[in-house]
Amino acid sequence: MTWDWSVVWEAFPYLYRGAIVTIQATILGFAIALILGLCFALIRQSPNRIVSASVTEIVEFIRSTPLLLQVFFVYFVGPQFGLNISAWVAGVGVLGIHYAAFCSECYRAGIENVEQGQWEACTALNLSPIRSWRVIILPQAIPPIVPSLGNYLISMFKDTPVLAAIAILEMLQQAKNFGSDNYRYLEVITMSGFFYLVFSLIASAIVQAVSYWLNRRYHLL
Amino acid sequence: MSDSISRIGNVMALKPSNLPVNPELSPAKPFVRFENVSKRYGTYTVLDNLNLDIARNEKVSIIGPSGSGKTTVLRMLMTLERINDGIIWVDDEPLTHMQKNGKMVPATNAHMRRVRGKIGMVFQHFNLFPHMTALQNCMEAPISVLGLSKQEAEARAAELLDMVGLGDKKKHYPIQLSGGQKQRVAIARALAMRPKVMLFDEVTSALDPELVGEVLNVIRKLGAEHDLTMLMVTHQMGFAKEFSDRVCFFYGGKITEQGPPDQLFGNPQNERTRQFLSAVLEAG
Repeated sequence: MTWDWSVVWEAFPYLYRGAIVTIQATILGFAIALILGLCFALIRQSPNRIVSASVTEIVEFIRSTPLLLQVFFVYFVGPQFGLNISAWVAGVGVLGIHYAAFCSECYRAGIENVEQGQWEACTALNLSPIRSWRVIILPQAIPPIVPSLGNYLISMFKDTPVLAAIAILEMLQQAKNFGSDNYRYLEVITMSGFFYLVFSLIASAIVQAVSYWLNRRYHLL
Repeated sequence: MSDSISRIGNVMALKPSNLPVNPELSPAKPFVRFENVSKRYGTYTVLDNLNLDIARNEKVSIIGPSGSGKTTVLRMLMTLERINDGIIWVDDEPLTHMQKNGKMVPATNAHMRRVRGKIGMVFQHFNLFPHMTALQNCMEAPISVLGLSKQEAEARAAELLDMVGLGDKKKHYPIQLSGGQKQRVAIARALAMRPKVMLFDEVTSALDPELVGEVLNVIRKLGAEHDLTMLMVTHQMGFAKEFSDRVCFFYGGKITEQGPPDQLFGNPQNERTRQFLSAVLEAG
């Protein structure tokens, strides 16, 4: 079988549509992961043992079960409990929640790395807890963990084909469909691989730039 | 002149602090009062039934071997540590407790926040905010806690940084400052909150020897020019002797001996105090 450029051009619109879906799912999912992950991490710091322990258990549970299982559970089992949501909402939501659990561990490491003395200075200056978190602790906790958060962005991006399992036409599914319709897989699968590679490289460069900028911005280098 | 008057006032306010005290009966009301305060970690007692009165504007040094509980005294007053027994009073108000239905109950966070506003603290390791300039370090709390406008806070922070001799370092980040400069910023930052009591926790212990003087000079200046009650844990015996109105020697979670510096350093009564002082002096 030889490489056929005409197939490439023919497949391009399909893959393009799929790529848009993949990128949308990644960006939305990662936004959920970043915000929800921070919420998990902050709630875990709660002085109330019951609250912090339950969030710890939830995070542990999410981290210890496969993403595909979670997607199936929400999409196929959810309706039996009255959870009627579209495949898109279920898919992106689960992707976000799954990675939120991982991101929360990152945030936790960042928070625990901030010296105890910073908290003591906040108390001595009588800053409110919210102000302490927002202006003193998080600006020191987050810049150092941006590279690890970036790793999860790339992992999540590479996990988006899981969405195909609930019939979301992301890029790899589009490629596969095109391949089975035309009996040619070589070009489309290669093109998908190439796209994943390029996007990962771009994302990684952006993460590095953000990390550098944040560390400079907060003079933590 | 005003300094000497306040010193006379302090001497009058001194009283034996090993007796159980009752705020109603106290002849001159102390500004800070530790009343039967104990602090334990598990079964280990750090502070054992501490009674200590500190008069308004009094300068008190706390000395003693490590593990004697001296830093804990400051940390409890700053509410960085919860006490297990007793009450701490600040300016006639309970800090660690509050009145509820005529009874003393442990203070809520809101109550502690209100009362500890009168207290400022400077730490051994500075604890400056690394992501803020010297000026921003001194502006954050006045704006967000005292509600000052940005202009007011900036003017005041600049004035305080000038006072500690760092007028030309306002835009510097902590990483760009020497230890002594960091500690002076930390002092300015604490003063920006207009505290009535300042706590100094081994503020020169983390400094190179040649930087100790600049920090002590700032503290001297504060003592001379401001109405501040000062409580300091220190290993600088010379400074304690020269600066304080009273020196307390801590050993095993208790005040073993206390008195005016001339008496405590010149003629210590307690065997343990003598041992400690001679060991410290020998070490140079």
